Amino acid sequence: MNLLAIECSTEVLSVAVWASGELCERVQDVGVRHGDRLLPLIDAVLADARVDKLELSAVAFGCGPGAFTGVRMAVAAAQGIAYGLDIPALPVSSLAALAQEGYARGAVAPILALADARMGEVYAGGFEVDAEGLVYAVADEQLVAPAELALPGDNIWCAVGPGFRAYAPLLRERFGYRLDAIERSVFPQAAAVARLGARALRAGLGVPARQALPVYLRDKVALTEAERRVKQ
Amino acid sequence: MRVLGIETSCDETGVAVYDTELGLRAHALHTQAALHQDYGGVVPELASRDHILRLLPLVDEVLAQARLTRRDLDGVAYTEGPGLIGALLTGATLAKTLAWALAIPALGVHHLEGHLLAPLLEEPAPAFPFLALIVSGGHSLLMDVAGVGRYALLGDTLDDAAGEAFDKTAKLLGLGYPGGPALARLAESGDSASFRFARPLTDRPTLDFSFSGLKTQVLLAVQRNGPERHADIAAGFQAAVVDTLVWKCLRALDESGRERLVVAGGVGANLQLRERLREGTARRGASVHFPRPAFCTDNGAMIALAGALRLAAGEREDASIHAAPRRELASLTPP
Ligand SMILES: Nc1ncnc2c1ncn2[C@@H]1O[C@H](COP(=O)(O)OP(=O)(O)OP(=O)(O)O)[C@@H](O)[C@H]1O
Ligand SMILES: [Mg+2]
Repeated sequence: MNLLAIECSTEVLSVAVWASGELCERVQDVGVRHGDRLLPLIDAVLADARVDKLELSAVAFGCGPGAFTGVRMAVAAAQGIAYGLDIPALPVSSLAALAQEGYARGAVAPILALADARMGEVYAGGFEVDAEGLVYAVADEQLVAPAELALPGDNIWCAVGPGFRAYAPLLRERFGYRLDAIERSVFPQAAAVARLGARALRAGLGVPARQALPVYLRDKVALTEAERRVKQ
Repeated sequence: MRVLGIETSCDETGVAVYDTELGLRAHALHTQAALHQDYGGVVPELASRDHILRLLPLVDEVLAQARLTRRDLDGVAYTEGPGLIGALLTGATLAKTLAWALAIPALGVHHLEGHLLAPLLEEPAPAFPFLALIVSGGHSLLMDVAGVGRYALLGDTLDDAAGEAFDKTAKLLGLGYPGGPALARLAESGDSASFRFARPLTDRPTLDFSFSGLKTQVLLAVQRNGPERHADIAAGFQAAVVDTLVWKCLRALDESGRERLVVAGGVGANLQLRERLREGTARRGASVHFPRPAFCTDNGAMIALAGALRLAAGEREDASIHAAPRRELASLTPP
């Protein structure tokens, strides 16, 4: 079973191939436009893994939440590749991928994955880790202001991600000893998307290309004319 | 060569298959007009969100219509720009990755080149060279077209595009968005002689256009008259725009010696404009070519056609997924 994985919901673009348990990953330096590098990186990581595109069994993608344009690029790429190769697509939460990266870098479960949603908000998701060392969601993902974020239960959570780094002082003050954190910068990456995608594929969670869709969480993106009038 | 065309520059998702031997095989379109209606204009983020939902179902639809499978495709053309960056990137990403998966070439097409070549989708197709009037929501251009990619700009708008003028005037008359077609319908019941608006720049040799002053005159007329005069105002406005466009086209034909005129872009669907250009060109022994109304506005067929002509001539591009939201038409080169 060979899986291609794509993640570009943050400024870090990465692609990976999971080939019967072996992982190869390519990560693009920050500051380069994702679109310029996506296909060359996919070719490179397939070559690293010695897998031909025709041997792929599915394509996993970070479906968000995250930067809209980046998320859509991963989704559109997953759609194009899955449709062209006639293979299923596997949506993987970009917050789950972030938690998985955090776990690989020493985070202790339960893990609070926080992505920067801009406009004073974060995307938040809570995760536990299963016997195989893979994260699974234990709380609904949400878009929330750091001042309104709640920690479920009474245990200690380990926060990871750009959303934590952007609001660290506030979050530490609010939660005190209940919030542990990975201080280093951690991003959702394709290696994690690949691992989580492989589990999803085994569980029969592949979808047809046209059902490979983004998760935005932020649904209100503009005011209608009527709403603008009320505001004035 | 069978080419899939993908258009996502603004608020329509268009998909089509064009065959360089057999012509247009199939086309399908989803319009987002209803989605943006409450916002008074296109919301770029909402446009992108809709494109990604519609693209593959439309691809399935056109392949089924044409009785083809994805593996029968020889190339993918997509709109590279101008347009909304997020919307363009959505189509570009799908096009490039689909082509990569199928191991066929993908090529970005200039949106206005699509409009410009759209009359070639019809019978009889105009032969090169010709003059082209592109009158759309964002552009009013007069071009000399010697062949694919051989475009020279003869005239441009100094302010509003013709379609934009129609839409803004429609808004003044309370007709909603996008109001061009509604304004044209309202004008049918009005008397175009009862309001005489200026024909900007027709007293000068330039082939440039200007429509923003007209908008101001309409505003005054709307303020000074009751709603019972709206149809007359609409008719007067339409007559002024049509007169101006016709005058410039005929002048350009006379000056260039070209014998064919093609009209493209959404305003090209305007019946008054079509009628007047037919009369005017016939009197000069020239011909005028319009795409069917569905191919005047944004559509996948024109992108499939333009891409197919270039791909069949051997044009290729690198693997980068990109958009060109602001590229000039006259900067294009032949394949
Ligand atoms: N019958 C008509 N009479 C006048 N205007 C019309 C008519 N039908 C459509 N339009 C106008 O055509 C425009 C839409 O055309 P089109 O779809 O070609 O433009 P666009 O794609 O938005 O702009 P561009 O191609 O320049 O980016 C709108 O401004 C609309 O009001
Ligand atoms: Mg257009």
